[in-house]
Amino acid sequence: MSLVITDLHATLEDGTEILKGVSLEIPAGEVHAIMGPNGSGKSTLSKVVAGHESYVVTGGSVTLDGVDVLEMDIDERSRAGIFLAFQYPHEVPGVSNANFIRAALQARLPKGEELDAVAYYKDLYTKMDLLEMDRKFTARAVNEGFSGGEKKRNEILQMMMLDPKYCILDETDSGLDIDALKIVAKGVNAMRSPDRGILMITHYQRLLDYIAPDHVHVMAAGKIVRSGGPELALELEEKGYDFLKEDALASA
Amino acid sequence: MSAVLEHTASLLESAPETPAAFPAWFAERQRAAWQRFLETPAPKRGDEAWRFSSIKQLDFASFTREAASTTIDLVRRSTALESPAAKFVFANDELLHSESNLPAGVVCLPLAEALVSHGDLVRAHFMKQDTRLGSAKWTALHEANLRNGLFVHVPANVEVEGTIEVFHWLAGENTAIFPHTLVVTGANSKVRVVDYFQSAGDEEPGLCIAVNDLIAGEGSKLDYLAVQAFNEQTKVIQVNETGVAKDASATGFILNTGAAWARNESLSRLEGEGSRSDMLSVSVPAREQEYDQRTFQHHVSPGAYSDLLYKNSLYDKSRTIFSGLIFVDEGAHRTDAYQTCRNLFMSEDAEANSMPGLEINADDVKCSHGSTSSQIPDEEIFYLRARGIDSVRARQLIARGFSVEVIERLGDDKVEEMILRFLDDKFAHIAGGGA
Repeated sequence: MSLVITDLHATLEDGTEILKGVSLEIPAGEVHAIMGPNGSGKSTLSKVVAGHESYVVTGGSVTLDGVDVLEMDIDERSRAGIFLAFQYPHEVPGVSNANFIRAALQARLPKGEELDAVAYYKDLYTKMDLLEMDRKFTARAVNEGFSGGEKKRNEILQMMMLDPKYCILDETDSGLDIDALKIVAKGVNAMRSPDRGILMITHYQRLLDYIAPDHVHVMAAGKIVRSGGPELALELEEKGYDFLKEDALASA
Repeated sequence: MSAVLEHTASLLESAPETPAAFPAWFAERQRAAWQRFLETPAPKRGDEAWRFSSIKQLDFASFTREAASTTIDLVRRSTALESPAAKFVFANDELLHSESNLPAGVVCLPLAEALVSHGDLVRAHFMKQDTRLGSAKWTALHEANLRNGLFVHVPANVEVEGTIEVFHWLAGENTAIFPHTLVVTGANSKVRVVDYFQSAGDEEPGLCIAVNDLIAGEGSKLDYLAVQAFNEQTKVIQVNETGVAKDASATGFILNTGAAWARNESLSRLEGEGSRSDMLSVSVPAREQEYDQRTFQHHVSPGAYSDLLYKNSLYDKSRTIFSGLIFVDEGAHRTDAYQTCRNLFMSEDAEANSMPGLEINADDVKCSHGSTSSQIPDEEIFYLRARGIDSVRARQLIARGFSVEVIERLGDDKVEEMILRFLDDKFAHIAGGGA
């Protein structure tokens, strides 16, 4: 059981190649982190796996427990168990948070079957309590007027409600103060399970102090250039990404 | 003339007869209105008030007045709010059913009855203003043909809790109705009235020329909602006339989901200091539906506030026209007036025409007007789809949310839910969500 990315190549619509052969396996039960400098293709990788239509996959494969993901529509991928926590979650004016999450859950039910509203709200409130979200967020329009921290918490709330098999968190730590970061980490840690794989994309070690990864990968120029254990993140914190240049020199 | 002939004659051919029970002054008004109808030229291409309009829609020769044949089902189908303050059901302008649980002193009667029992009160307020936004010929036709509607008079200091509901059903082929709603609120009183405009069948073409007079007395609160959900063979002209006195607040809301063609003309006169008018509309045209809306915010008094927000979500090959004017009279200083029309394109084949306008003849005013047109951003669709919501449903949720921003200004949960039910019913009848 794993999310397997094999030699994935993707370009922008204008042909610019962003992913230049990414290979990565996230088995259920593990937490992986991808670190790397700006522009390395980390966010693009998350969007390509989620199915964003601005990118063209030119080679490679993505499979979810053996099933081809690239053949699926965006919404099919989500229903199949992939969840992307957005770096910049979009606002949806006039659609309440509660109705939004409800629609996402309803989309997972067979046609004609209605979501149990009482059980739904009970579940929603329990998870909001864990994330220390005020009840007023159920009635507020999705992400509209939310602070950076509120938006990120809202992403984690959706993740918890949709119960995905594989979670990809794109720069979930950006724009969070330390208190908000701890709350978000609490939510993610609550999601750790032998049945679920988690991929965290981050620029900084800071997030990994609160969510301990099993494996750390370094991405640069559209490829995974190094993989290792949690100690790799600490090394990066200490030395920065300068070693990438040395590696580039060494391999030249 | 035999009864059969009378029923099949076009409503444009001969003067309608005023029912014998109606007072003489009203018969005289109807006679004069018919004359005015004949003398007023029909709108023609190039008329400013009909710019971008489909003038061809104004051919009403095929319509006739007819009594509804089957009616029992219509009373059962007249259900919207739970326990309304009062409820009236009309089919082809004939009263089928009424119930009422209103505070003492409130007069709330079918107009045909009020003309007889409260003739002077009706006369004091009935169609006092000229029709200024283009449909003078058709409001004259309305006045000449008027048979029924609702008359509400709320005395000073009486607050009506809940909502007065009026169902207007159009039944039968090529039938025309002329419903009228006249609401007068005394000082510091409060009332809410909803007109529901619906067709008995899905296929029969109909014509509805509706007029309302809303007269909000000092310090009162008058809310009026029109839910237009006719079948898509029907044509509608609906003219709203609102006068708002000192410290009074009037809200006018129009929902358009039905009809082949609908023309709304809404005029609000701010007549006293501290008066407020909220003019709201939500329209969701699809297929080849066309909604043509003209508005006028007339600031007669200084120190008044008006705020207009109209939103259209346009599907398929539908069309909308919005023409609005904020008019500030000389001396109407300290006016606050806002006007916004927003169009959300759900299809590349839809067409929206917006003509916001402003004419200011006073100092120290705060006015803004504008219109926007947009499509749903790709990133917003992606966000919803990344949560497992398919693209049809995602677009629907976004269009619904776009409309909700207007609906939540109604400030009453039950009423908002009811409006959303009509809206959701429309979305359920849009193929592929207009994707």
